[in-house]
Amino acid sequence: MIQIEGVSHRYGDREVLRDINLSLVEQRVGVIGANGSGKSTLARLLNGLVVPSAGRVLVDGMDTARDGAGVRRKVAFVFSDPDAQIVMPTVAEDVAFSLRRHGLGKVQVAERVLEVLRRFGLDGHADHPAHLLSSGQKQLLALASVLVTEPKVLVCDEPTTLLDLRNSRQVVGLLESLAQRVVLVTHDLEVLHGWPRVLVVDGGRIVADGPAEESIGHYRGLMGAGRPC
Amino acid sequence: MLTSTYQTGTSPLHRSGAGAKLAGLLVFSTVLVVWRSPATVLVFFVLVVGLYRVAGFGVRTLVSQVWPLRWIVVFLLPFQWWTAGWQFSLVVVGTLVVAVVGAALISLTTRVTDLLDVIARVLEPARAIGVDPERVALLLALTIRAVPVIAGALHEARDARRARGLERSTRALVTPIVVRTIRHADRVGEALAARGVDD
Repeated sequence: MIQIEGVSHRYGDREVLRDINLSLVEQRVGVIGANGSGKSTLARLLNGLVVPSAGRVLVDGMDTARDGAGVRRKVAFVFSDPDAQIVMPTVAEDVAFSLRRHGLGKVQVAERVLEVLRRFGLDGHADHPAHLLSSGQKQLLALASVLVTEPKVLVCDEPTTLLDLRNSRQVVGLLESLAQRVVLVTHDLEVLHGWPRVLVVDGGRIVADGPAEESIGHYRGLMGAGRPC
Repeated sequence: MLTSTYQTGTSPLHRSGAGAKLAGLLVFSTVLVVWRSPATVLVFFVLVVGLYRVAGFGVRTLVSQVWPLRWIVVFLLPFQWWTAGWQFSLVVVGTLVVAVVGAALISLTTRVTDLLDVIARVLEPARAIGVDPERVALLLALTIRAVPVIAGALHEARDARRARGLERSTRALVTPIVVRTIRHADRVGEALAARGVDD
């Protein structure tokens, strides 16, 4: 369970999150909001990338400010730009890189890498240069590279922003099929249909918190679109 | 050398340990430089071509490793010829080409992670003076990874410059590359932190 207790955060003089109190227990949680609303900062709080200026974030009882390393073993993070997440020259090596400090033997690492690449349809590219993959394949690789460590929670910050419709659907389909708990920050409202919980962030506060249809309706109203979802 | 890409294979060279191959390369380069003569260059060239065959690579792969050196060869050969004679110029250029092709053979047959493991192992004693071998290995990996990213930025900046009719503007080329490179470095740092690399 992720618990956010009285969290506020500021970058210098600018307060980006104000007094957030949340308890995330659902398997799928969406986060929506305008640019600059604070939703990416909220996402970064969940695996300790950002430590709150006030309040605390607990993941299964672990405080992100005190035990960031332990939290990151449980909570993986995927960004919108896969190029910034891929560290190694080839596909298999990038996935293996995540297991570097896990105390596994070479054979075990190779088995885990192949297994995850198969699952993501990338096994045919194992020894290909990562920078030659398509954008969609790169994002799948970024996902494979964090999921190979078998985290409990996956936080995705706009993972489909740079993808075309086909690749975007592929990545979303994959996210939906995961056994892990997923927290998805997105501007793609269609993706969230049917999700049990969607948070709307505006001006650093949670202004709506409920099932997807309800929250999306609120968000559309907030943005002045006024259309039913 | 490290910017060449690993090619899958099952040859004896592919199966050899990265440490042994790096040690072999060290001996190979040392002998090549110490016994500098046309005969040495010729013998080592034949040896390298033979090793490429053993590794299952054809002439095309061999030539593609030499190709990035073409401008150095074009300028160095006549310059050395003019200043030190044809024999010396052939030895200098030949040594350079054979050494690069030999080094490229290592990266063609060895995964970068295996090379990094060796580098981290070799640097292990430096931990006593505060050097983190894993961090040095990671730094090398990031440097290799940055090559295609910066090349992509250069390509896009060149196109953008042309689209704005500023073909001759150095600022229009350099500024976006510097900005993108810094932003990329920032994002990579954040992604590495998210993956727990610094923990």
